[in-house]
Amino acid sequence: MTEAAATEKLSQVLDTIPKLLLDHAKKRADRPANRLKDLGIWQTWTWSEVADEVRNLACGLAKIGFQRGDKLAVIGDNRPRLYWSMVAVQALGGIPVPLYQDSVAGEMVYVLENADVKYAIVQNQEQTDKLLEIKDRLPILEHICYEEPRGMRDYTQEFIHYYKDIQEKGSIFHSENPDFYLHEIEQGHGSDIAIFLYTSGTTGKPKGVVLTQDNLLITSLNCLAFDNITGEEEVLAYLPMAWVGDNLFSFAQAYVAGFCVNCPEGPETVMTDLREIGPTYYFAPPAVYESVLTKVMIRMEDAGKIKRSMFIYFMDLAKSVGIRILDGKSVSIAEKVLYGLGNLLVYGPLRNNLGLSRTRLAYTAGEAIGPEIFSFFRSLGINIKQLYGQTEATVFICAQPDGEVKSDTVGKIFPGVELRLSDNNEVFYRSPGVFHSYYKNPESTAETKDAEGWVATGDAGFIDDDGHLKIIDRAKDVGLMNDDSMFAPKYIENKLKFFPFIKEAVAFGHKKDYVSAFLCIDIEAVGNWAERQNLAYSGYTDLSARSEVYNLLQECVETVNSDLARDEKLSGSQIKRFLLLHKELDADDGELTRTRKVRRRIIAEKYDVLIDALDDPKQTHCEIESEMTFEDGRTGIVSADLQIREAERHKTQLHTRAA
Amino acid sequence: MEKKIGEVLLSVDHISLAFGGVKALTDICFDIREKEVFAIIGPNGAGKTSMLNVINGFYHPQEGEITYKGVHRKQMKSHDAAVQGIARTFQNVALFKGMSTLDNIMTGRIIHMKRNMFWQACYLGPARKEEMENREYVEDIIEFLEIQSIRRTPVGRLPYGLQKRVELGRALAMEPDLLLLDEPMAGMNIEEKQDMCRFVLDVNDQYGTTIALIEHDMGVVMDISDKVVVLDYGKKLAEGTPDEVRGNQTVIDAYLGVPHN
Repeated sequence: MTEAAATEKLSQVLDTIPKLLLDHAKKRADRPANRLKDLGIWQTWTWSEVADEVRNLACGLAKIGFQRGDKLAVIGDNRPRLYWSMVAVQALGGIPVPLYQDSVAGEMVYVLENADVKYAIVQNQEQTDKLLEIKDRLPILEHICYEEPRGMRDYTQEFIHYYKDIQEKGSIFHSENPDFYLHEIEQGHGSDIAIFLYTSGTTGKPKGVVLTQDNLLITSLNCLAFDNITGEEEVLAYLPMAWVGDNLFSFAQAYVAGFCVNCPEGPETVMTDLREIGPTYYFAPPAVYESVLTKVMIRMEDAGKIKRSMFIYFMDLAKSVGIRILDGKSVSIAEKVLYGLGNLLVYGPLRNNLGLSRTRLAYTAGEAIGPEIFSFFRSLGINIKQLYGQTEATVFICAQPDGEVKSDTVGKIFPGVELRLSDNNEVFYRSPGVFHSYYKNPESTAETKDAEGWVATGDAGFIDDDGHLKIIDRAKDVGLMNDDSMFAPKYIENKLKFFPFIKEAVAFGHKKDYVSAFLCIDIEAVGNWAERQNLAYSGYTDLSARSEVYNLLQECVETVNSDLARDEKLSGSQIKRFLLLHKELDADDGELTRTRKVRRRIIAEKYDVLIDALDDPKQTHCEIESEMTFEDGRTGIVSADLQIREAERHKTQLHTRAA
Repeated sequence: MEKKIGEVLLSVDHISLAFGGVKALTDICFDIREKEVFAIIGPNGAGKTSMLNVINGFYHPQEGEITYKGVHRKQMKSHDAAVQGIARTFQNVALFKGMSTLDNIMTGRIIHMKRNMFWQACYLGPARKEEMENREYVEDIIEFLEIQSIRRTPVGRLPYGLQKRVELGRALAMEPDLLLLDEPMAGMNIEEKQDMCRFVLDVNDQYGTTIALIEHDMGVVMDISDKVVVLDYGKKLAEGTPDEVRGNQTVIDAYLGVPHN
């Protein structure tokens, strides 16, 4: 069979990513597939070039012994070559296992061991060193391949390979065995396992979620139809490759639709690269939008009087008019003219500055997004929408359709998904994206997924009158206070975190008389505020201990309390006592997950002294010593004497809403 | 891995330097060898920077000889040093504050650009090609020093530690054979110091550049140098490996002081 004929045969059923690649290489050979900023200039690879790169890599891996079913770890920042390695492995019938690139070596051991990783492709010397550090504990790990040669000159071990050397071997191997590669791809099917994604593990050890090619491809197809995504999109891949969202948005969807994925130069240059690329389709967790908004606001505070008043005037206008325009509702001619003027003077330049000029569609998920942040972007004319999903569902469970966007819901049930709520309001779903299993963990699989394919999300929520799903909290985190009122910690924490001054919040109230909270200040926002107040401080610990700062945050807490007081069910969970932590919660200290979710249990153990102090109404301050991991991995002790404040609580103000 | 230290690159022979009646340097001798990290240490006013300025050709010693790359050095202008392959950074950052990181480092390439101002103004054919080649070299340095994110930022807006890094980048852009660093870690915090140490060692390793540095931070000096010379009051107190110098009683006395009876 000739190569052309074999490709022809394969392209009839495009049920795996390698097959899709061959198809794009034929149909859109000269369209850009990937870009990477290298030495300050964007380098482009077309689909046909990518197909060659992937083939050479796959053949090279086969040459050094890669077998069907072998697992390959992928560790590094978003790099085209790392994405290609995932396709190459899938072409050979193997399974890529992307890892979080900022995990320390010790954290990687468990995943690498659990996933039976035999090969690893890493970005650079840093990641290679990490693997070498733990190689003794990983008897199965055989080969390490690195992408960037810098600093690797003296690594002479036989099992360490340079990416391009492997490709060279592959190129020779391919010319000797021209049928091999296509034959391997031909053996792949939609039901094959496509990838292992390790969940960040809010509780216990990470679990390897096994997703099939069908999971990825069918979900991608549904999403393309839902949002009219075409092959002309530009996306920026900057979120961790180990995260399911990145795998769907900048990997699977790109191969299904054939659009271009751009990789930034490095994690620090994302904002600049975003401006240069101007993505049409964008995904970011709420924290990113939040930090963008905080930055804009800080810069506007420092701007001249004329600029600032112009900004304030037009942003007010945009809040009422812009959102209505985006939702396709009617606006008067005068409003249209004014909005047009605002677009010229404020919105357009601002969008351009944020790199969102061309953005047709922006998604956010993972955590609740603050209503101010949400409406800020929408009023600028950026179509930002929320979705609800999880790794086990290949992301999509619910999403907001165009024109039906609300800041406090996560949208309607996604095409192809079935959804039901249990008696205690826990959300269950069944969809084409439902995961295959947890790798080597049948007990957990059975706990999460029942025989009929229904998956428990662990989230509590309800469907509102318009058919939108609203999520309150983790089902198991919703607690009861001693007076039997409901306590939804995340709901309260999110409300607190919507203030720009508060970076993290942890609320305690389950089986307690009243609710108390730890707050972490946002050093950037509070620092800027302190500067304007002429408040001198030496660092994080000092700033968060200032009584001026306490006063500032007390106002935030009391605003939240009055908000909670409006809801009959939640009124009992108003915050009575709070303190400001002396250090930021940090993933390196195990207090947050790598995706910055609070690890409640660990925090409760670590700071039990503080919690006791909060629970004892007589204590007005508390001394604490805690261990802290610095960026270079060393640990140190920080100690502080923290004040405890009481916040005013409000009586329930029953809404006069017509029932 | 064992480092290959080569032939003598620069030899300082009985140098004395005086400003009027003030003797800045008296009878100094030492050799700097190829691929070496060579440190000059000493208390304040010991004559360290003067020594660097002599090597650089900025000061002309009254007595003594300097031999660089086997050639006995005659009276020279300080810009000749750049052409001969000596680059340096300064104790107080001396960058063009209003220019971007990229432009600052590009200025280091000037001695490698042959086209005259007219060509460069037109930015045609050969001048353009030349600029592209040099820009590529500069981009390599930017990547090497991990300063991609500040490529377009005016250096005046950068924190001190980064400015120092940019200055190192500009010196590297000259492709020097001998790199003089005047207190590269001064005023830095621990993390910045660690970064800088790593870069100094990487420069030495990857580009094979000989490095002569002045530093106050003893920890840094002892960790990264191959050879150390100690100056005090313009005189050489000791010379040797970090361990030898650390154990030398005269050095300890100079740093900690001795009781005068």
